[in-house]
Amino acid sequence: MSRRAGQVEGRPDADAPVRVIGEVLARRREGAYWLLSFSAPELADRARPGQFVEIAVEQKYSLLRRPFSIARVSRQGPAAGTVDVVFDVGGPGTEWLTQLALHDLVDVVGPLGTPFPLPKRRVPCLLIGGGYGAAPLFYLAEELTREGLRVDMIIGAATRERILNPIEAKRASATVTFTTEDGSHGVQGRVTDVLAQTAETCRSAVVYACGPMPMLRAVSEACAELELPVQVAVEEHMACGVGVCFTCVLPVRGKDGEVRMRRACLDGPVFNGARIAWDETRFELGPPPDVEEDEVEDEASGRLTDDELWGEQ
Amino acid sequence: MSADVRRIDAASASAHGDAATEAADVDLTADLGRLTLPNPITTASGCFASGAEIDRFYDVTDLGAITVKSLTLEPRQGLPTPRMAETPAGMLNAIGLQNPGVDGWLERDLPWLQGKGAKVIASIAGNTPEEFRDVARRLRRATGVVAVEVNLSCPNVEHRGLVFACDPKASAEVITAVAREVDVPVFAKLTSDVTDIVAVAQACIEAGASGLTLINTLLGMSIDPETGRTRLFNGYGGLSGPAIRPVAVRNVHQVHTALPDVPIIGTGGVRTIEDVIEMVRAGASLVAVGTATFVDPFTARDLVRELRTWLAARGHTSVAELRGSVLAW
Repeated sequence: MSRRAGQVEGRPDADAPVRVIGEVLARRREGAYWLLSFSAPELADRARPGQFVEIAVEQKYSLLRRPFSIARVSRQGPAAGTVDVVFDVGGPGTEWLTQLALHDLVDVVGPLGTPFPLPKRRVPCLLIGGGYGAAPLFYLAEELTREGLRVDMIIGAATRERILNPIEAKRASATVTFTTEDGSHGVQGRVTDVLAQTAETCRSAVVYACGPMPMLRAVSEACAELELPVQVAVEEHMACGVGVCFTCVLPVRGKDGEVRMRRACLDGPVFNGARIAWDETRFELGPPPDVEEDEVEDEASGRLTDDELWGEQ
Repeated sequence: MSADVRRIDAASASAHGDAATEAADVDLTADLGRLTLPNPITTASGCFASGAEIDRFYDVTDLGAITVKSLTLEPRQGLPTPRMAETPAGMLNAIGLQNPGVDGWLERDLPWLQGKGAKVIASIAGNTPEEFRDVARRLRRATGVVAVEVNLSCPNVEHRGLVFACDPKASAEVITAVAREVDVPVFAKLTSDVTDIVAVAQACIEAGASGLTLINTLLGMSIDPETGRTRLFNGYGGLSGPAIRPVAVRNVHQVHTALPDVPIIGTGGVRTIEDVIEMVRAGASLVAVGTATFVDPFTARDLVRELRTWLAARGHTSVAELRGSVLAW
C-alpha cells in the first residue's frame, strides 16, 4: 500500500492512540545512544511523559514493532509536531532504525500506555534515570518545571559514555548527581548509592525513575525504606504494545493486596514502584538479606501518602 | 491425501470476472450455517483481548465478529515471563491462558461488548470436559454471544496430554459436553499438530459441533545459542504469524474437502487481503486475524475494507462465491 508522510489513522479523541506515517527529521548519535526524530503532529499533540510509541521496523523476516519511550515532543516552534525517541542498538530492529535517512518514512503507533502522574501537591521531585532511561525524564522534568515544581536528578550509567546528555540533565534540573559504575564520571557506584543523601538534601517528596528493571527494583526498594512515593516506567518485552497479546506482564499488587499480572503496555509502563511485586518477578538483585526488617508503623513520618499525591490509582 | 488437492472447481476458480462490480454492491455476508455475519473477518482468540483495547483505534463492530480471549472457569494469571519470542516471519508465545475467568468476563467485559452491539464469539478452555461444560453453561443466556469456540488445542497447558484436539475421542467428549449446554453454534478449534486432522474434525462434527476453527498455533521452541536458555519461560510455545499460514491453508483445504458442508473459521498468519482470499479459496467461511493485529492494530478493519474493493475490482458480487474454489494443476 502506498504510504506518504502525514497519513494518520485513528479516532479523533484527544487521548486516543493513532497510527502515523512520519517523516524522519533527524537521526543522530546521542552519546553512546541514538536519537530519532520524526514528524507526527497528531501523536505529539496527544503524548505525555512516560508514554511510548511502537515503531515498525522493516527488517527482513521480522514482524513486530519495537517499543520506544517518548523522549520529547514539540508542539510549538520550528520543530512543532515532532516526536523524539532515544534508543540503544539491541538487535536487528534497532540496527535498522540507525540506517534510516532524512525524509525516510516511519510507521508509528502511539502514544501508548500510561503517563507519569503529576503530584497533586507542589513538592520537590527527584528524577532517577539509568542509561537511556533518562530520556523520558528530561521530558517529564520539562512538564514538572512548567507546573512550578522543583526537579532534581540522579543520572546513572555503567560508564561516562553511557550517561545520556549530561548537559541536558543540568539544564533540566536544580541539581544533578551523576553516578557511574566504573567511576569515570561523577560518583562511583549506582544511583541507589546516592539516593538517600540526594533525597534528603533536595527535600524530595516523590521519586520518578526510568531505566533497566534491576535498577527500578533497587530504586523502588530504597524508596520503600525511605518512605518515598515512587513512580517507575518499566521496560518489558512486548509483542503488540496495545494491550492484546499479554506478553509484557508483570506482577502488581492491587489495593486489595492481591497480586495480578498487569500489562506494561496498557496498565503501565508507569507503575507505582511500591506496588510491583518485585519478589515475584525475575529481576533478582542477588540473594535476599537474611535479616528480616522490623515492621515499623511510622505515622509521624510526615511523608505524603500515595493517595495524597496521585489520588485514586 | 492426494484426493484432497484434486478438489477443483474450475468455473469459480477462473480468474477475474469480466466486469468490475461496484464496491458497494459486493455482498460480504459470511454464511456459517446457523450463523450469519455481516462480513467474513473476525479476530483470532487471544489476539484481541476483550475488544476494548482495540476499540481505542477504531470501532470494533466494523468486524464481522469479535472472538475473545479464551475463558476458563477460574481466573488464570498465566505463565511467568518471558512469554514471547520473535521468530522469522512469526512469533512464539506461551501466555498460559491468562484471563479473568468466565464469571469475571460476564461481569466486566461482556457488558461493554453488548453496549457496542458487537457479535461475540466466546472462546472457552478447560482442563476437563466438565470444566468446558461449566464454562459453556455460564454463557448460555449471554446476549451478544453468537457462537462458542471450543479451544481444544491451546499448546500452553500443563502437559501435552491435555491437548484434547490431539485425540478424536477426547475432542468429541468435550464437544458433546459443550453442545448440550448452549443454543448457539459451537466451533471446535483444532491443532495442526496431529497425524490426521480430518479424523479429529469429523469426530467433533459428529459430537455436535456446528463448525471448526483451523488452526491453533503450532508447537515450537527457541533457544538462545549463547546462553543455552530457552527463550520462553515455559520452554515450548505456540508459533503464529505468516510462518504458519501455508500450514493453516493446507489444513482448511484438507478439512473442507472432506467435510464440504461444515463451516470453517480459517486462521493462521493472515495479514493481507491476498491472505484472506487464499483462506476463503481453501474453504474458510470466516477468516480470523491473529498475530497481524500485534503488528498493526488496524489490520482486521483494513481487511474488511480491502475485501470489498478487491472483490469488486475482479467482478465478484460476493465473497461466498470464492469459497473452496481452488484450481489444481
